Amino acid sequence: MVKKPTKATSKKTKPAKAKTKKVKASAKTEKFKATHDELMHYYREMLMIRRFEEKSGQMYGMGLIGGFCHLYIGQEAIVVGIQAGLKDGDATITGYRDHGHMLAAGIDPNAVMAELTGRATGISSGKGGSMHMFSTEKHFYGGHGIVGAQVPLGTGVAFANKYKGNDNISVIYFGDGASNQGQVFEAFNMAKLWNLPALFIIENNQYAMGTAVERATGRADLSHRGDSFAIPGKLVDGMNVLEVKAETDKAVKYIRSGKGPMILEMKTYRYRGHSMSDPAKYRTKEEVQKMRAEHDPIDQIKDRLLKSGKVTEEELKELDKELKAIVTKSADFAQASPFPEPSELYTDILIEGEA
Amino acid sequence: MSDTKILTLIEAVTAALDHEMGLDKEIVLMGEDVGKNGGVFRATDGLQQKYGDERVMDTPLAEAMIAGLSVGMAAQGMKPVPEIQFMGFVFPAFNQIATAAARMRNRTRGRLTMPITFRMPYGGGIHAPEHHSESTEALFAHIPGLRVLIPSNPTRAYGLLLASLRSPDPILFLEPKRVYRMVKHEVEMNGVALPLDKCFVDREGDDITLISWGAMMHETLLAADQLAKDGVSVEVIDVATVAPMDMETIFTSVRKTGRCVVVQEAPRAGGLGSEIAAEIAEHELMSLIAPIGRVAGYDTIMPYAKMEMQYMPSVERVVEEAQKVLKYV
Repeated sequence: MVKKPTKATSKKTKPAKAKTKKVKASAKTEKFKATHDELMHYYREMLMIRRFEEKSGQMYGMGLIGGFCHLYIGQEAIVVGIQAGLKDGDATITGYRDHGHMLAAGIDPNAVMAELTGRATGISSGKGGSMHMFSTEKHFYGGHGIVGAQVPLGTGVAFANKYKGNDNISVIYFGDGASNQGQVFEAFNMAKLWNLPALFIIENNQYAMGTAVERATGRADLSHRGDSFAIPGKLVDGMNVLEVKAETDKAVKYIRSGKGPMILEMKTYRYRGHSMSDPAKYRTKEEVQKMRAEHDPIDQIKDRLLKSGKVTEEELKELDKELKAIVTKSADFAQASPFPEPSELYTDILIEGEA
Repeated sequence: MSDTKILTLIEAVTAALDHEMGLDKEIVLMGEDVGKNGGVFRATDGLQQKYGDERVMDTPLAEAMIAGLSVGMAAQGMKPVPEIQFMGFVFPAFNQIATAAARMRNRTRGRLTMPITFRMPYGGGIHAPEHHSESTEALFAHIPGLRVLIPSNPTRAYGLLLASLRSPDPILFLEPKRVYRMVKHEVEMNGVALPLDKCFVDREGDDITLISWGAMMHETLLAADQLAKDGVSVEVIDVATVAPMDMETIFTSVRKTGRCVVVQEAPRAGGLGSEIAAEIAEHELMSLIAPIGRVAGYDTIMPYAKMEMQYMPSVERVVEEAQKVLKYV
């Protein structure tokens, strides 16, 4: 939910190119209750993803990551807020912008970075790459490269939860671009028909690669996508981790009570290109700058933390250092790891041996 | 202590599903009209009454969803058996089969398997055009990570479907609809599965090898009968598990006979017959006495009604091709 700024204070030392006015960063978070520990947790998790993604971008630039690389920078509040509202056993599935989802699910950064760089120590042993990472232990079902195709899969995961009679839910992430895929609607239809425990998260970062939402659909308020299937939906400020968490709590409660699926449209913004090769002709630098300056999810929480007086700027800097060290370690680990053996070409295709 | 039943191919499909569903609660059936109606060809007849609509589910006409949900269910350890009403309707689901089901094991290094049996009636024989009758098995056999099975008779339908339902791999189980009620077999209801990666040598002979699968096995066997009347000793192989394919059984036969004809219902260019011929040429060239013969459908779109039988390889065409190969010195 990107509204015009109402107030202006400037905190950033970086010279803003365009003369952007800055809202008091924490203003929007103030109406949500959170303990100091919770705030610190969100801050740490979001900053961890950002630092990891910055490193990924560098690694890509150095030619250490092959193919494509889709960074999550700017969207961190979504996975962090949602993850905080889930319990162990809940499943998540997403598209190809999946690094943040993995880290938020508690997956070892070393295994993620090693996978990005195609090493044998990666979570898919270097055979999946950035778009195809999984963790059965964390109930993370990928990591999928085909736009929107993970939505029926996640709905199937929800079906299995219901069939097995557990109370786990399936959180299905997809973007504004995927929301126009036909099979998404097929999945909505089934999720409601069978009242499956599915939470559909539309991460509306406002551009499907280079196409703005308004240029792709006649009705851009995507939270209404479930209307004709009788699936309730809600628009959420995806830059505000506390709002994300609050709405997730409500949605999860609704779904766990057996009422069926729900849709949350998370209005957000990605700062970087769609992938690492993005001509960026579809938006202005000023627009990006303005979003960063006025709505950054991490700054919002940082501001609130500092104002609370329970943590100092120095302490936050220390935390940042600590996270950077974890990220650097993951990059070192990846680079020191071997590539898969050529014999791996033929492994895990079909079951071998007995029929 | 198993009883024997006289079954058509479609009844054998039902019997195998019933047998396995009774043993394994993770097996669920889903598809268009598979529940209340028991499937358009009645493959799932009576199963919803027996196992309930939680396990035999009617779905809307939405193949991408049917396949996609199946992948998600399998990821959680279920064993879905989606039915695609006709193989020609599989294309909306192609993406999920080719890019999700077939690759999940590889992407997850074996942590996720995809025990899905995609059942679908395939091939000609009901005088309907195109998507209701075409044979597109080669499209799927080309995809690593998928198994493609085509039973040619009731016994094989029963045994191969059991194997399929017990396999952790994603499988396309193609049921030749022309054979659904064409022949009856005495099938032992013993719950014994057939191997998933083995050709069947249906008749042993020394002069020539005829290789086929699916409904064309019937034309092929009739052609073998005719040739036998002329004193030709014919070996007949039912490939049955067309992907991955058991080339060793085929090579062994060709080493013995030195002559072979591949018979397929699908169009000729780029079909599985081409692959079999290429494999034989590559590995057994020196065993061959004559060039490899091929009998196939024509490289055209599966025609409607009366023209269907003009398209289908006939017994005469198989015999003719075999004689040509036999004459070569």
